[in-house]
Amino acid sequence: MKKFFNHTDSLLREALTGLVQAHDGLLRAEFEPTFVARKQTRPGKVALISGGGSGHEPLHAGFVGEGMLDAACPGQVFTSPTPDQMLAAAQAVDGGRGVLFIVKNYSGDRMNFELAAEMLELESDTVLVNDDVAVENSTYTTGRRGVAGTLIVEKAVGAAAEQGATLAQCKALGDRVNQNTASMGVAFTSCTVPAAGRPTFDIGPDDIEMGVGIHGEPGRRREKFKPADAIVKDLMDPILADLKPERGRQVLLHVNGFGGTPLMELYLLYQRAAERLQTDGLTIARSLVGNYTTSLEMAGASLTVTLLDDELKSLWDARVHTPALRWGA
Amino acid sequence: MNSALIVDCIAAVRGALLASESDIESLDRAIGDGDHFINVKRGCDVLLALSPELLPLAPDAACRQIGMKLMSTIGGASGPLLASFFLALGKSIAGAATVDAESFARAFAAGVDAIGQRGKSGLGEKTMLDVLIPVANLLQRLTHERIALDPLCAQVKAEAERSMLATRDMIATKGRAHFLGERAIGHIDPGSKTCQVAIHAVCDLLTSR
Repeated sequence: MKKFFNHTDSLLREALTGLVQAHDGLLRAEFEPTFVARKQTRPGKVALISGGGSGHEPLHAGFVGEGMLDAACPGQVFTSPTPDQMLAAAQAVDGGRGVLFIVKNYSGDRMNFELAAEMLELESDTVLVNDDVAVENSTYTTGRRGVAGTLIVEKAVGAAAEQGATLAQCKALGDRVNQNTASMGVAFTSCTVPAAGRPTFDIGPDDIEMGVGIHGEPGRRREKFKPADAIVKDLMDPILADLKPERGRQVLLHVNGFGGTPLMELYLLYQRAAERLQTDGLTIARSLVGNYTTSLEMAGASLTVTLLDDELKSLWDARVHTPALRWGA
Repeated sequence: MNSALIVDCIAAVRGALLASESDIESLDRAIGDGDHFINVKRGCDVLLALSPELLPLAPDAACRQIGMKLMSTIGGASGPLLASFFLALGKSIAGAATVDAESFARAFAAGVDAIGQRGKSGLGEKTMLDVLIPVANLLQRLTHERIALDPLCAQVKAEAERSMLATRDMIATKGRAHFLGERAIGHIDPGSKTCQVAIHAVCDLLTSR
């Protein structure tokens, strides 16, 4: 295994220390237990806290800052954080108006955040993100996963909280963005969890994993490699079937790389996905292309579409100042 | 059961799990996301380090300590689930200086029940409960019938083995493998394997004393 690390045990701590040092004015990190928080917390606003396994950087710690999260709780690589982390983070960033947890729909994340919410002596609520349409709702599934659409939920709710929204309003907004967001991904290669030292799954040189999750966990089906246009069709069909947008609707298109695919290819995907949305009579009002919700060094990408309205557009455009997302005056 | 026995069990379970590393890891790579054994090992290591603190405690307090420690160190799904097991087990034997076989069987069942409640899961979902529930039921029946330790352990081991192997033909409806649908058929659930190894280790320890 060739990765930059000294010891797998200290990798997370060293990486978080580097993140905080590189964004000194923005962030602070605590390690007993581990969380990353805004350097200055703002009293009088709803505190937004997310978290999950590490290995998806910049999600979530890279989205801590003005206009987005107040704190993030990183677990070990691909392993959800523990309740004591969420408790400590909530106590540290509480602004007196309640705490909203933004949680990706995985059983581990759900249970650890659930325990934290039960133990927390502050008012709190939870938005569960489950934008992944690759997992078909059938008798065999307990629900869809939370993937790259999580960023859009965090951005919109972050802006609303900054503007003074109440806990109930933040919760309702988060649920609404989640319902209007759908994603699906594809992987070309596996990825190696540092502590495991070898790839999570085996995949042949000509195979692709359609509907892959963000931990390299399998998706809908294994297929033979094919041209990008055909892959975009296979990702976009289920997304649009899920959202069922009426013609003329404005949308946000997010092309997300999993960590091992060059930006050049992500833009190629964007071009084809945009063409498809236009063919279906949709207008791309906002867009985002890059590696935001990664799966270590996995090659592959996901497409995310969010149905917009004026409120969501203005929340998307609102000032954000975090390590990984930064715009607005 | 007293806290010295709990500490001996920790060492025995840790040794058996480490010896099964490659078996468990390959199961998780097939239908999980590759972190199960890392988390199991982390849990074993912190409990080993915690052992000196457990020795002077009453069994219920020791179980509570174990639960709290696992909750704050394992993470993932196994953290809250195993923590719930030990917290409920401790609660069931609250106040007892030593625990007889029948009370232990009741406490074990209460722990298994807590896992089911926390994970909103039950039998036949291709999880560790597919080993733990049948073992808990058998244990309650055998201790109620006052079966001697050696045959009791032999029967419990056989039941753990049988129920672990039975997860091979199940479709997962809970846990990370449920995303696979029918593709999980043909693979043993790694959590079931871990539980079977742990149960065998405890039985072997009890019969060798």
